[in-house]
Amino acid sequence: MASNGKSSERQRIAQQRLRIIAGHLRKQEEADHIEIAAQECKAESSRTDTAKPNSVPKRRQEIMKWNGWGYSDSKFLFNKKGQAEFTGKRYRLSGLILPSLKEWFEGTFGANLQHKSPAAAALNAGAVPPPNLSESFVEELKATDIPFSHDAEDRVFRSHGHCLHEIFGLREGQYGRCPDMVVWPNCHIDVVKIVELACKHNVCLMPYGGGTSVSSALECPPEETRSIVSLDTSQMNQILWIDEKNLTAHVEAGIIGQDLERLLNESGYCTGHEPDSMEFSSLGGWVATRASGMKKNIYGNIEDLVVHIKMVTPRGVIEKSCQGPRMSTGPDVHHFILGSEGTLGVVTEVTMKIRPVPEYQKYGSVVFPNFQQGVACLREVAKQRCAPASIRLMDNEQFQFGHALKPQVSSMFTSFLDGLKKFYITKFKGFDPQQLCVATLLFEGDREKVLQHEKQVYDIAAKFGGLAAGEDNGQRGYMLTFVIAYLRDLGMDYYVMGESFETSVPWDRVLDLCRNVKERIVRECKEKGVQFPPLSTCRVTQTYDSGACVYFYFAFNYRGLSDPLNVYLQVEHAAREEILANGGSLSHHHGVGKLRKEWMQDAVSSVGLGMLKSVKEYVDPDNIFGNRNLL
Amino acid sequence: MASKSLCSRRDPVLKKRDDFEDVLEERRNSSDLRYAFKCYAPVLYKGLSPCTPTMLKTVVLQSEPLQYAINQVSAESGESVELVQEEAAAILEEMAHRLKLSTVRFFAFTLSKAFKRLFHSVCVNEEGLQRLQQAIHEHPVVLLPSHRSYMDFLMMSYILYTCDLKLPVIAAGMDFMSMKFVGEMLRMSGAFFIRRSFGGDKLYWAVFSEYVKTMLRSGYAPIEFFLEGTRSRTSKSLTPKLGLLNIAMEPFFKGEVFDVSLMPVSISYERVLEEALYARELLGVPKPKESTSGLLKARKIFSEDYGSMHVYFGSPVSVRSLAQGRINRSQYNLVPRHIPQKPSNEIQSFVNDTAYQLVRMQEENMVLKPWVLIATVLMQNLDGMELSQLVEQTVWLRDLARSFGAFLDWPDHTSSSKVVSSSLSLHRNLASVCGGRVCLLVGRPPGPESPETALFERAVSVLSCASYRNQILHVFLRPALLAVAMQAATSPRKDEVYNCFSFLRNMFSNEFILCPGESVQDFDEACYLLMKCGAVQMLPQGIGTTDSGRVTLPYLCAMLEPFMQGYQVVCRYLCEETTDNLTEKQFVPAVRSFAVKLHLAGSLRCYEALSSDLQKNALAALLRLNAVKKVKMADQVVLKVNKMAVNSLEDTLGGKIPTQKPVLARL
Repeated sequence: MASNGKSSERQRIAQQRLRIIAGHLRKQEEADHIEIAAQECKAESSRTDTAKPNSVPKRRQEIMKWNGWGYSDSKFLFNKKGQAEFTGKRYRLSGLILPSLKEWFEGTFGANLQHKSPAAAALNAGAVPPPNLSESFVEELKATDIPFSHDAEDRVFRSHGHCLHEIFGLREGQYGRCPDMVVWPNCHIDVVKIVELACKHNVCLMPYGGGTSVSSALECPPEETRSIVSLDTSQMNQILWIDEKNLTAHVEAGIIGQDLERLLNESGYCTGHEPDSMEFSSLGGWVATRASGMKKNIYGNIEDLVVHIKMVTPRGVIEKSCQGPRMSTGPDVHHFILGSEGTLGVVTEVTMKIRPVPEYQKYGSVVFPNFQQGVACLREVAKQRCAPASIRLMDNEQFQFGHALKPQVSSMFTSFLDGLKKFYITKFKGFDPQQLCVATLLFEGDREKVLQHEKQVYDIAAKFGGLAAGEDNGQRGYMLTFVIAYLRDLGMDYYVMGESFETSVPWDRVLDLCRNVKERIVRECKEKGVQFPPLSTCRVTQTYDSGACVYFYFAFNYRGLSDPLNVYLQVEHAAREEILANGGSLSHHHGVGKLRKEWMQDAVSSVGLGMLKSVKEYVDPDNIFGNRNLL
Repeated sequence: MASKSLCSRRDPVLKKRDDFEDVLEERRNSSDLRYAFKCYAPVLYKGLSPCTPTMLKTVVLQSEPLQYAINQVSAESGESVELVQEEAAAILEEMAHRLKLSTVRFFAFTLSKAFKRLFHSVCVNEEGLQRLQQAIHEHPVVLLPSHRSYMDFLMMSYILYTCDLKLPVIAAGMDFMSMKFVGEMLRMSGAFFIRRSFGGDKLYWAVFSEYVKTMLRSGYAPIEFFLEGTRSRTSKSLTPKLGLLNIAMEPFFKGEVFDVSLMPVSISYERVLEEALYARELLGVPKPKESTSGLLKARKIFSEDYGSMHVYFGSPVSVRSLAQGRINRSQYNLVPRHIPQKPSNEIQSFVNDTAYQLVRMQEENMVLKPWVLIATVLMQNLDGMELSQLVEQTVWLRDLARSFGAFLDWPDHTSSSKVVSSSLSLHRNLASVCGGRVCLLVGRPPGPESPETALFERAVSVLSCASYRNQILHVFLRPALLAVAMQAATSPRKDEVYNCFSFLRNMFSNEFILCPGESVQDFDEACYLLMKCGAVQMLPQGIGTTDSGRVTLPYLCAMLEPFMQGYQVVCRYLCEETTDNLTEKQFVPAVRSFAVKLHLAGSLRCYEALSSDLQKNALAALLRLNAVKKVKMADQVVLKVNKMAVNSLEDTLGGKIPTQKPVLARL
């Protein structure tokens, strides 16, 4: 547009100025609107005490579940009438009745509300093995005034991530090897001191950010004999500065996603980095796992967003000397840090790109007659490089899953409209309800461009038989990803266990991979004696020029299995093998941790693995950062 | 490893087999016309996207792999892409089937009439069909019938139509195409035609493989082809051909389908329609060209009785389970899948092993009629024998075969002598009973009688009879090899016997279905079976013969004797008679006339030596063992014989020199 000539450029500037002025005039209302839009799906946390950004207390168990996902006050349950509801006040779904969830739940899993498998009520501190403390380390640490604890609850809370087997174990009251103590550094200097002491006293350090890992990365290696210290970064949560000229912000790495966005929003900015776990996951964790955000199409993944990283290692502090936007200075040392999964040191401070908060946001959705058509459409969108902030394609099972989360409709009119829509799509357009699938969209930018962009994407979709299906369906699709982990807890109350996993794969193999992995899961479950067909579903969740990220959910009813956890682990293992055999990667953004370590050599070749090992050997010869992830 | 998952080889006797039902029975009791027009609504593949034969062609022509090949051929030959594209379309036009239900109904009607005249019964295992139906629903299916007769694929489609199963598309040789009208009829009943050889033709290969893979991937219909590549003229299973199997497995390797089910089907005939034709063909009379007029002339077969036939649908074999832990599918990750890649050694040996396993599964489920046992006995008494003796020996052999796990169809409540005499009467063209003596019938030569023509006629009847014995050879093969090895070994020590066994096995692995690399398993199986029937026992000093073994073992040796002799004749010919310029083409006729000479001189009594099948197999073995080499000279292929090596092989076979590892190693 800008190339159209000077006059149009001038026009644009004038328009922009007008907009800004108009923006000032209705600032209050507009800002509110944006905030709601960005937060609709996520918990709207402690908006009242904005002075103190800290939404993660040291004693996390005070507000979060110790053996499940998320906030203690928010959970799904089936009430006395057998209707599903979501408790609490934090989410859009909170306090609502979900009338169709029960039927979906029972129908999909063959589960029964009479058959409950409740979790252990409270943490039994007596069952937690006593800490193995390094007296000399504790002594010197006391002198630094850095807070620490060896309370059983604190330690158990940091002994796990959110893999199914970890949560399942906790619910059964099984506590594996726990960290022996927890320290809460307040700033970079604190971390330097802790690492120095750890080296001096040969203590094992395990960095802990948001605790949302799904790769067994936080599991303490059982063979570790030294004292294990969990280094909780949650108190390092300040935005140190914002540079509006260069659009960067310098942030302490312990800050969690929702705080970072909220604080930046207050200054009119955002990072745009929104992984599904952003309510709880931390900046340092994103860097350490090569995280990916839902809106990466506009903002990029974490590796595109970071400008500068400071990390404390046993060898000292690593950082670059300037903030040039790109450098040719040999292999990028940032890439030793990105994805190092806590094996090399602690990321303490990060300079990140920021963007002005977008003026306008709009959800959308498209229904396709089948998954093939949907994938073809996403491929075309990627080809034309016109992907909206987010574009996801859910398969039929996941569409039905999403549908089951529809809250009770308040008016006859809405339910009549829903019926009409359904009639139009299935009867008039002839879509098979057992085949159709839905793409959910999120557009962001200035209003005009969003509308234009929207039209472009819908036009492409139409070529692949797609029908626009409204904002509601779109929004509900995104909601699913934020509540899925809460839903898993509900499932586990009724003999249903499940997990999600992901991969990235070239475009031409997307369909084959999805079909084969889903079928492999069904097949494996059957072979392992699972009584009911499992839920095995996927979505294409990110698009790239040359491929896509695919996300799988799988869950099954484990009643009647003597060792359900083992069955689950075998099925998950088989599913990963299937992914690799079909040309998928070991992980797109979850990381390797200890769960996927066995495939690491195949994934990067033995020379590649050797390279990584030699870096580890140089940086941390005594394996102070001994979580044994990755390598 | 794969072999274990397929079937437990240790005790084939325990194998459970399904019961049969006669599909013709209903045809004899109700209207054929109504049957031909019955409602046909088979179960389809769950992932099927509906498609007509014409759409299929378009999909194939526009497919990425074919487009890639077209561009490559165009770049190499300098012809324009459009021209090559047209060529491809023409190839596909020549190849593609045009399955039409109306034609199928026509066949259903006429074949009902024909089959009722030809056969007493056509027995099919119902459970196998249920397994097939299940398999068709779940995954793309490849049907792999044994091939003994032209009847095979007609019968397959007939049965599937009758049982309301999805009709297959069938890979057929181009020979049928030359039959006017009939070729087109076959095409409309699901046959697609492939040239017999197209080694270097990239475009042809691309069209062909993409055509097959497209049908497979879409689950369009079960794909049927013959692993053996051609009809076996000897009733022995032929060494499997790998081309089509390779193509059929590739969609699985490349992740384009979740799995492929391979279904071996065993078709056995009590009397093979082409029985005498085959024997003549083996003796060098060229096979009559497939032609419509030839077909009409063959009408006379309708006046004869061909007994019953059995079709056994085996268990579907999942390529996925076979490949589990053996094939690393990620080897295809780094190249776009439409670009053809030469299969890795890993893949090649996997396909080869699988093919052998499948042929063995076909063999194991072949139903054997009493006549097969009778023929085996007669083959050891070519000068004729007393009927009572024949009955006695047949019963003895039946029990031995049973203990080895043979799939016998021996009537339960009939006396043995009745069973034998009714078999003899069905096969009265081959054997006759006069004055209580049974002997092979020898036809009269059409022209003036000479020693050569008399020999020829005698050979025809012996080879016909041999083809029935061959049906059961697979049951006795391993124990028989062991029996010969024990005879040849200088001591009963197990390792020494094994050396002999392994030598023989190696020598005959073009003759019989012996899975590559399973020498030890075969040896164990042979030992197990012979111990089980009480013929041998394991002693501290080695393998010992028991009293009953003194009858059994020589009998088993005698069964292999014709092959032992035949191979020696071939070796002798190569050592004594060849000039330097023996071409590959001359080989068979030359060996034949050498064998005829020996026969007429009275120094050879073995008729198998006259069979071109044995001669070719022996040559293939010698080539494999590097005792003979092929050398391209001008436009001919010349055989270079390493006389010393061939000579030592001959002596080893003849028992003149003991088998020793070094002998083999030197070769």
